[in-house]
Amino acid sequence: MTNASVRRAAGRSLAVLALLAALLVFWEVYRWVWTSAGWTWPFVVTDTSMPHVWTIAKAFGQPAQVNQPPLITVLLHKALFTAKEAAVGFALGAVIGFTLGVALVHSRTLQRGFLPYIVASQTIPILAIAPMVVVWVNPKLPSNLQGWGAVAVIAAYLTFFPVVINTLRGLQSADARALDLMRTYAASRWTVLWKLRVPTSLPYVFSALRIAATACVVGAIIGELPSGLQSGLGGAIINFNQYYSIEPQELWATNIVAAALGIIFFVTVVAAEKVIVHRAPEVPT
Amino acid sequence: MSTHEPVVRVEGVSKIFPRGNVVALQDIDLTLAPQEFVSLIGPSGCGKSTLLRVIGDLIDPTAGTVTINGKPARQARSDHDYGIVFQDAVLFEWRTVSKNIALPLELLGWDRARRKARVEEMLELVELQQFGDHHPWQLSGGMQQRVAIARAFAFEPALLLMDEPFGALDEMTRERLNLELLAIWQHLASTVVFVTHSISEAVFLSTRVVVMSPRPGRIAGLVEIDLPSPRTAETREEPRFFELVTQVRELLRLRGEHLLPEEEQLLREAAE
Amino acid sequence: MSPRRSLEWLPAIVVFVSAIAIWDLAIRAFNIQQFLLPTPGAIISSFWTERHTLWPAGWYTFKEALGGFVVGSLLGMATATVIGRFKVIGVAILPLAIAANAVPIIAFAPIFDVWFNPLSPHSKMAIAGVLCFLPVMVNTLRGLQSASPRQIELMRSYASSDLEIWRRVRVPTALPFVFTALKVASVLAMIGAIVGEYFGGSFNALGVLINSDANIFNFERAWAGILVASLLGLALYAAVVATERVVVNWAPEYRDS
Repeated sequence: MTNASVRRAAGRSLAVLALLAALLVFWEVYRWVWTSAGWTWPFVVTDTSMPHVWTIAKAFGQPAQVNQPPLITVLLHKALFTAKEAAVGFALGAVIGFTLGVALVHSRTLQRGFLPYIVASQTIPILAIAPMVVVWVNPKLPSNLQGWGAVAVIAAYLTFFPVVINTLRGLQSADARALDLMRTYAASRWTVLWKLRVPTSLPYVFSALRIAATACVVGAIIGELPSGLQSGLGGAIINFNQYYSIEPQELWATNIVAAALGIIFFVTVVAAEKVIVHRAPEVPT
Repeated sequence: MSTHEPVVRVEGVSKIFPRGNVVALQDIDLTLAPQEFVSLIGPSGCGKSTLLRVIGDLIDPTAGTVTINGKPARQARSDHDYGIVFQDAVLFEWRTVSKNIALPLELLGWDRARRKARVEEMLELVELQQFGDHHPWQLSGGMQQRVAIARAFAFEPALLLMDEPFGALDEMTRERLNLELLAIWQHLASTVVFVTHSISEAVFLSTRVVVMSPRPGRIAGLVEIDLPSPRTAETREEPRFFELVTQVRELLRLRGEHLLPEEEQLLREAAE
Repeated sequence: MSPRRSLEWLPAIVVFVSAIAIWDLAIRAFNIQQFLLPTPGAIISSFWTERHTLWPAGWYTFKEALGGFVVGSLLGMATATVIGRFKVIGVAILPLAIAANAVPIIAFAPIFDVWFNPLSPHSKMAIAGVLCFLPVMVNTLRGLQSASPRQIELMRSYASSDLEIWRRVRVPTALPFVFTALKVASVLAMIGAIVGEYFGGSFNALGVLINSDANIFNFERAWAGILVASLLGLALYAAVVATERVVVNWAPEYRDS
């Protein structure tokens, strides 16, 4: 890493820390102003609706239930579980999406036939069909994959869409003159695909993978909700939601961990892109 | 505008770009009389585009002054004393051809009727009457440049700055547009500063050619072009034309040194 | 529609018809349990017979989604406009906002329910709004920042003020970006509203209805409800696309016709 990039990374981390600190300060200030003034819009501020920052922080170190490890440990385990579902869903969705993109690029007819449904598929609220997916997929899986395997499928469902669309766009974005050049080499479609189209499509594919990184985490959490899986963050959310009026800080702690998970996935994909493509990510359009 | 007062007076202008410590211009002195057509020519990195932008107050000189019509360059810019044409047309994709031409007029606060009349005049001048309601992407490169020229002349500025406007076009379109430009120039009696790479274009269009050399950017020589006016397609075939082209070429060869690729790159980046 | 345009839809229609046919056959042939996937016929018939329950519920949820979409998008555009005036802040914030987009907002649904009465539509509107806010803000900001430097130089040669440049160059340049985000947001809004309802909501709401139908194994109506949700989401998306066609008729996508 060059000096300049180290400095930039340091600067950026500082900016993030500053932003987080500002957020915490803003939180407490907002609390104080709203409770002092007694405002009820947009919502009433109490210790339950907006716990103090330090209450939430303390909650991390304490067990949620008697004779259990501290909350942070529990949450980390659950986060890992959800991360596993998300990662598998990501891989699955990315592979399926990419394959579909490759399959569609060679035929405008196929595109016109299937694209509308690929787009429409995203309007189906996955939460609504999640229970059915779970019931359908689980019996088909070996027992060690059951439960979380279905959730991974749901995560894949949210992932494959941006990957298909962007893979298609990327594969189609090859310069017309470059295609002509390949024609002069009498290159087969397969050769053109792998030597020209795919390399050209990489920025687009990575742009989609960045979206997918978020989508798979969302999909995993949502998928866990109807599955009744206790081992993941989704289960924790439902659990702590029930105890919210008594111990609000636990749900907040869970959400913070969930947020961190989403961001970690995203940052990982960005970092991977830098390594694989040897340059900064393109601005996605 | 007084008749013998210089339109543009460049005195002791230097420009150093901090990044890479590039001396783009060193001690440039240049005076332009009214209705002159002056070309700036030189190899890449001689500072011709930079000089054009300094005149247009788009870049601040490190030293020296620029006076336009007796005013400092900054004021000339706010007074809309000049029009500018770039190498690519820089049209607004979301506006039709007519609305693109009307842009400076809108900014000057002309009312609708006056704008409409002037736009029609300009469309006739550049022979694009049928294309008023088209969008830029529907036009060829040459047509887009004509729109850019129509836009630049729309409010009849006394001074026109042109930065290799025909550089991206093929030679036949170029020669045609050269003739059109000369016709407009004479019709509107403007003064033109024209940056170009092409020796024959410089000689064909100008009343005077300024040859520049790089490292550092400075004026290597001036060539008065005494070809008769108005110039026609036949002018390119006259002996005097070839003599002048040779004169300019010699000047370039003797004084215009070639830059190393790295220096060229630095200068190009610095100029952006 | 010209005959040529309608021909372009032919493959999609073929796929649709074949899919329905295969679906119907597969269920009968393999005796797939009805509770997983009713036959298309069963779903359509439920869709029709239950329409007096389904459509009002759909409309209720749609209003939540629409409200969130409008408020979230407007706030996103406004925020981007404000941030965009200060170039330094804009450049610093953009990567952070993009990262913030990676937070699964849906996890905050229960908290929104606590803040705004779970039975009130406002809690779902808030979720939809937050989901729409970030993509719209990020893309508007990016669009405002992507004006061509040459065009700005041209405006400076006209001694234009920053406000004029903003109005005549930056905003038109940003429009395609804004619409891309609005398309994404339109789909997210509906989904956000329905997912929000999973955690609790008025019985007038579609998400609650679908959920309770699934719980009592009334899968035909559950799927019919999903169909309604999907259609409404598509309707909002189509409305955005139609608006885009009119407003941004100069964009590259519409050129090769």
